[in-house]
Amino acid sequence: MKKTKQLFAGLILMALGLGTAQADYTLNLMKGVTKVSNDIYDLHMLILWICVLIGIGVFGTMFYSIYHHRKSRGHKAAQFHENTTVEIIWTIIPTLILIGMAIPATKAMIELDDVQDSEMSIKVTGHQWKWEYEYLDNGIHFFSSLDEASNKARQIGSGIDPRSVPHYLLNVDKPLVIPTKKKIRFVFTAADVIHSWWVPDLGWKKDTNPGFINESWTSVDKPGTYRGQCTELCGKDHGFMPIVVIAMDEPDYNVWVEQQKTIAEAEAGSADKQWSTEELVAKGKSVYETSCSSCHMADGAGLPGTFPAITASPVVTGDMNAQVKLMLDGKGMMPAFGKMLSAADFAAVVTYTRNGLGNSVGDSIQPSAIQALQSATSAADKNE
Amino acid sequence: MSAVVAEHDDHHDHGPAKGLLRWVITTNHKDIGTLYLLFALAMFFVGGAMAMVIRAELFEPGMQFVNPQFFNSMTTMHALVMVFGAVMPAFVGLANWMIPMMIGAPDMALPRMNNMSFWLLVAGVLLLASTLFMEGGAPASGWTLYPPLVLQTGNALPFAIFSVHLLGISSIMGAINIVATIFNMRAPGMTLMKMPMFVWTWLITGFLLIAIMPVFAGAVTMLLTDKFFGTSFFDAAGGGDPVLYQHIFWFFGHPEVYVMILPTFGVASTIIPVFARKPLFGYSSMVYATAAIAFLSFIVWAHHMFTVGMPIAGELYFMYATMLIAIPTGVKVFNWTATMWKGSMTFETPMLFSIAFVVLFTMGGFTGLMMAVAPVDFQYHDTYFIVAHFHYTLVPASVFILMAAGYFWLPKWTGHMYDERIGRLHFWLSVVSVNILFFPQHFLGLAGMPRRIPDYAVQFADWNMISSIGGFIFGASQLLFLYVVIHTIRGGTGEKVTAEVWEDAAKHSLEWTLPSPPPYHSFTTPPTVIPTEHI
Repeated sequence: MKKTKQLFAGLILMALGLGTAQADYTLNLMKGVTKVSNDIYDLHMLILWICVLIGIGVFGTMFYSIYHHRKSRGHKAAQFHENTTVEIIWTIIPTLILIGMAIPATKAMIELDDVQDSEMSIKVTGHQWKWEYEYLDNGIHFFSSLDEASNKARQIGSGIDPRSVPHYLLNVDKPLVIPTKKKIRFVFTAADVIHSWWVPDLGWKKDTNPGFINESWTSVDKPGTYRGQCTELCGKDHGFMPIVVIAMDEPDYNVWVEQQKTIAEAEAGSADKQWSTEELVAKGKSVYETSCSSCHMADGAGLPGTFPAITASPVVTGDMNAQVKLMLDGKGMMPAFGKMLSAADFAAVVTYTRNGLGNSVGDSIQPSAIQALQSATSAADKNE
Repeated sequence: MSAVVAEHDDHHDHGPAKGLLRWVITTNHKDIGTLYLLFALAMFFVGGAMAMVIRAELFEPGMQFVNPQFFNSMTTMHALVMVFGAVMPAFVGLANWMIPMMIGAPDMALPRMNNMSFWLLVAGVLLLASTLFMEGGAPASGWTLYPPLVLQTGNALPFAIFSVHLLGISSIMGAINIVATIFNMRAPGMTLMKMPMFVWTWLITGFLLIAIMPVFAGAVTMLLTDKFFGTSFFDAAGGGDPVLYQHIFWFFGHPEVYVMILPTFGVASTIIPVFARKPLFGYSSMVYATAAIAFLSFIVWAHHMFTVGMPIAGELYFMYATMLIAIPTGVKVFNWTATMWKGSMTFETPMLFSIAFVVLFTMGGFTGLMMAVAPVDFQYHDTYFIVAHFHYTLVPASVFILMAAGYFWLPKWTGHMYDERIGRLHFWLSVVSVNILFFPQHFLGLAGMPRRIPDYAVQFADWNMISSIGGFIFGASQLLFLYVVIHTIRGGTGEKVTAEVWEDAAKHSLEWTLPSPPPYHSFTTPPTVIPTEHI
């Protein structure tokens, strides 16, 4: 018994030591930055303390009994059993406690569910393995994937210490930006499999189901950066599709909205420019790393049986139009990149796969040609 | 009935067949029980090895050993092997060994089906294991096999589905056999309300299994037709709904977890009174609580799906219904405590494991209650808090009680005494390491670490490392149990064990009135005295 106590004491000391070494981690649920998340935190603490008190009562009784009512201390067994009064008491008291818990829980649930009177809406679409955000009120639209630094460090044998990467696995290339003090309605769906969108500071998560729409809402009081992750297993890179939400005060948010519009225009303009093959290959390499390498692997070898190789692939080394069509429309697990990539990115990555990763077909395609195909596809979509 | 008895008389002084063939063709409940228990123990180490791969990868942030796809296969296969290969078969093995002896019967009611259900189990698990070597890898969608993700599985998908069918048929046969035995083979005077608690809990579990396994088989068959025959049960593009699968799965899945815990309750209620030297405090309330838990298990399934997007009425209903489970479960825990109260306790290894079960299962029950509260579950869901919760209800609960049962009945089964010193060492190492393994996972989940991820942000590093260390110690400690089993079978301490083994055990249950080891056919003539000390 003594040895066990020492072991436990050692363990607690170890925990405390580690606590001072790294101040970053927490033991308890975070309070979050919304009214809902605070209500949920309070509810969590209420139930936790109820459980702790019941635990002290039950375990206390049990350990008292284990200490005193043992044969080695000469205790004779009493032969009592079946006591209706006791049994009724220990059924009714838990029932009352449960009712006491159910009342605040019901209130919080109703609050969480009420998406009415929202001031703006954002559509969130889960993809394998990135998030797509669409601001339904002003047309801003972009994809958000794991940032490059984390992505490099997380490869097996990368040699990069995750501790040296800022916000390892919790950082993205393009964060979701929202205004503070506004009721924002989120609508969720998915393009392929089920994902789940969770930012702990907002107090909830919601599944994104392909073909269906879910709703939730938030209203953040404090400007700041809030991080989360996908929480429904969605395949190989489920652990690598984080969420970053930046809450800004209204004026800052408006500046950001204007910036996004400028960026969109510049992107549209880059499609008209004539690109050299070298420029396309260089740009295509970075597009490949963020959009293609998680399945087809960084070296283009693919995963036999699941994801085909790019290197020496008959599609990539064959007719370019067939490759472009497959990438535009998708096939099986391969998503339709026609709607995900800009014309410039698309042309660049096509050119890169044909002239890099061990392939050397030697041809290239211009963004303007892709743009023509993209608008043809979307026109066809509308006709359907 | 008389025809059956007459037929049986032709056989009853036969001993077992000679050689290895004995184990293939046996219809004897003890032989089949042994096969089930040894197979379960082997699978416990196979599933455990997969857990070691998981904990090794999670030892430090960054990817070190396996690629993410294989990691997902490991979490999936670990769960499937542990649930369908280890815990469930172990309890069926215990049922095979103990139920005929506890109710005063010579054997199980349906001995040939008994043999078939065991060998179908082996076939099912081997088929499942073979998917590890297939192109595209083993299923990697989690043991819940949610579509559309599971439909992205490579060649393994139809094999995994067929293996689920085989495991389901095997479980249903086992359950039918147990129910038929309990209803038809009880000795005169062994009324339902005199049966040992283990028999009662298995009777109820048997009905659960018969009700749910066909549902699971149906769900996976719908996956099969969605993938290969052009149906769209779970595909919105064809008018289906992926969430429908989750409803069907958890209608099976929630009672399924009770399939693993109800017999656990039964064994605990058997062991604690023996070592407290006192009757179970409330036998009939324990029976009713078990039945109540089994009933509730059918009407709470969507608490696994609070964040899937249900209407508010659904969320509230499933929250209230789930909270109700705390009442009969509380009755159970209070009963065990009251049974110990003012007893005359000794702490042999089976009792140590049983006490640890009561304490640690209750902790799993507390977190279960916390998760029942729907709005708070919007934070807990699919995090390590959930992982901690269900491992507390499975490892230091079901697995600890299986260990307790092993130590409790091994002397009866083999006629040899196990080494108490090593038993206690195994217990203390297990109980300390299991808490180092799973307790920190509560912190990780609350701090925001999702489950089923192969790599994590650096603020989760410390607790993951501690958890992994606990995991390695826990895994290694179980080799002691393997040693105890082999050592005891081969003669143990050499001490001659009596029929009763434990002080006054024969007052509690019939198996202790038979010699140790018991004869090949347990009760060829029905016992005349029915023990009632446990009631």
